[in-house]
Amino acid sequence: MFLRDKSLFSILSTWLLPGLLFLFNSAVSASSADLAEIKKSTADHSKFEQLQREFKTGPDVTKACLECHTEASKQLHQTKHWNWKFTNPETGQTVGKQVVINNFCLSVETNYPRCTSCHIGYGWKDASFDFTSEENVDCLVCHDTTGTYKKYPAGSGHPAYVDKLFPPKKGKKLFKAVDLNKVAQGVGKTSRQTCGACHFYGGGGDGVKHGDLDSSMTNPGKSLDVHMDKDGLNFVCADCHTTDGHDTKGSRYNITAKDTHGVDIIGKDDKSRASCESCHGLQPHPETADSKLNEHVDRIACQTCHIPTYARGGKPTKTWWDWSTAGRKTADGKPIKEKDENGYVTYVTKKGNFEWGENLVPEYHWLSGNTRFRSLGEKIDPSEVTKLNVFEGSYEDENARIWPFKVMRGKQAYDKVNNTLAVAHLFGKDKDAYWKSYSWSKALENAMKAAGAEFSGEYDFLETEMYWPLSHMIAPKEESLGCTDCHSKNGRLANLTDFYLPGRDNNKWLDGIGWLAVAGTLGGVSIHGLLRIIANRRRKRK
Amino acid sequence: MSVVKYYSKFERFWHWTQAALIISLLVTGFEIHGTFQLFGFDKAVSYHVILAWSLIVLWVFAIFWHLTTGEWRQYIPASTGHIMAMVKYYAFDIFLGGGHPFHRTRQEKLNPLQRMAYLSMHLLIAPAIWISGWFYLFYSDWPAVGLEGLSLEVVALTHTAAAFAVLAFLVAHLYLALTMSSNFADLKSMLTGYGEEEK
Ligand code: HEM
Repeated sequence: MFLRDKSLFSILSTWLLPGLLFLFNSAVSASSADLAEIKKSTADHSKFEQLQREFKTGPDVTKACLECHTEASKQLHQTKHWNWKFTNPETGQTVGKQVVINNFCLSVETNYPRCTSCHIGYGWKDASFDFTSEENVDCLVCHDTTGTYKKYPAGSGHPAYVDKLFPPKKGKKLFKAVDLNKVAQGVGKTSRQTCGACHFYGGGGDGVKHGDLDSSMTNPGKSLDVHMDKDGLNFVCADCHTTDGHDTKGSRYNITAKDTHGVDIIGKDDKSRASCESCHGLQPHPETADSKLNEHVDRIACQTCHIPTYARGGKPTKTWWDWSTAGRKTADGKPIKEKDENGYVTYVTKKGNFEWGENLVPEYHWLSGNTRFRSLGEKIDPSEVTKLNVFEGSYEDENARIWPFKVMRGKQAYDKVNNTLAVAHLFGKDKDAYWKSYSWSKALENAMKAAGAEFSGEYDFLETEMYWPLSHMIAPKEESLGCTDCHSKNGRLANLTDFYLPGRDNNKWLDGIGWLAVAGTLGGVSIHGLLRIIANRRRKRK
Repeated sequence: MSVVKYYSKFERFWHWTQAALIISLLVTGFEIHGTFQLFGFDKAVSYHVILAWSLIVLWVFAIFWHLTTGEWRQYIPASTGHIMAMVKYYAFDIFLGGGHPFHRTRQEKLNPLQRMAYLSMHLLIAPAIWISGWFYLFYSDWPAVGLEGLSLEVVALTHTAAAFAVLAFLVAHLYLALTMSSNFADLKSMLTGYGEEEK
């Protein structure tokens, strides 16, 4: 009886059920495969007549785009991506790539064709660029899905229309002529690859500038970035850096150091998802007995614990750039190139000395959001390390939180008489360009004149540092920082001394007196006890 | 001499639970302070907070018990003369074999020095650690109740100072409790509740 029952049941369970499930499953997966065939978009650009003509240049393509997307260029003309200029409404300072001085290639001024190969436009080769031109907006650099559209490094934003080497003629890298038709017909949403084409290569190379953005983020694994994990959540940049009429949110130039607005959903939305709180809310951690973790969000930026180290993807970032040693050549006048054991350049005649780092521990500072960038005419003190950007925030400022930074350090030129920073004309075919003549006098004179700045003609080099807030390479929670990374004597916040940090701080007087009192009590009772024993013995002997 | 019940069930429960809690609070507290590593900072904080809440609940019951039973009178300070007699005993007579100036009864179960010590524990050290601990615990809520001017350092240092006082108290208390009676009679009566009346 029992056996019969069992066999009936086992036939059912071992054969019939799984069989049914299998049939059902394959039906479902077949239909989802069919669905994947159909594009998510309602428009197939390869079917548009406008895109089936022969395109000679990028602007030709843009003109075709504008036939349907009539407002696109006007929208982009409003953005930082186009203007490289932005006036911070809170500080009133005009910042942006066009004006800011950094300690990588110093400034855009007089170096346009090279720098603007990362501009979302065509033809910005000098200061006379027409910012009202609609056809010079480059749609493809952001919307290419074929992976074949690349701007030529010194092409003022144009791709290579014929096969070209870089550096020109004797270069090693070939830029193949772009197939504009194929690219135009394949346009789609932006991707990690399109954004990364510029943003991963800031500072002139892979990972050079930011440290939390490099080509390893094109297809990151989970431990490099939990959100962008290619096998997991698979976020693209625009999932957080949402756009509103082509204006991308989440700029470093006016950072939201503390989002008190919380989760963004329709009807309760500040139109920006570029903060952790936008999705995770203001109580991101599970409730515990002491709710200490959630209580940290008021003073600690999420990034501080959740980016344990940066430059984690196998690509080093530049940490030091010393321009003062540039120009050294071999005895027979040849340029020099030195590399470290991993093949990263540590010296090159054109640029001086470099240092690189991987898996770096960030530096931590209070940040309330507003950053001021040092402007060209501003006085500096050459006896000190000059900060190229300074930001507001302290423990006292309740809008400030502790943020992680990559700090870029190096040496660059300044005007010895006026005590101001100096920018240099680096790139160009003319005699004044440093990379042609190796004459700092000419290069500085040229760029300072173009920038409308005073230059005495006397220069030297001084040490500078620049602060880059980190927001990417968010690690899985198991790999984020623990309490004692900060709550300990020589923890990560050892340099932030404007507040009492439990576990790190104590008052040495209080501790001294306290331990003395405890030791005194212990000593007192010990002596008392000993004396009692001795006195007892004596009395007994009597 | 007669054997009487000195310590009720509740009083013994209170004493020993409090002892365990205070020792655990000392251990976790000084770990938070950075004196040593045992559980790890994060666990130490969690334990400390749970233990602290337990201690507070215990104190609430203990205060209620003391008030309703009238046992709080045990802590009324003795006269200066009596206290000095105790000091003289501990400082001199104890070595010379002199007799104890105080005789324990059910009505007066604490000697004048014990009264002083326990009263300062209850009125100074405990409130200091309790109040500073509470401010410490609700640090993140200070701005919401208009206390943003309060200094965490002052709160933390007060708490730490009180913790040192507790530790010193514990040392002296253990010495006196374990060595002042023969055959651990004090310890036994704290466990069983019963002890001899010294008349
Ligand atoms: C006998 C009782 C207690 C002792 C010996 C004790 C001891 C300590 C010590 C030594 C510290 C480290 C202080 C520092 O370095 O800044 C500490 C931290 C702390 N104590 Fe106590 N404590 C006791 C009771 C309490 C009570 C009753 C509360 C709460 C009502 C409390 C709440 C806290 C809190 C919140 C911290 C800080 C933990 C953190 O860093 O988040 N403690 N305690």
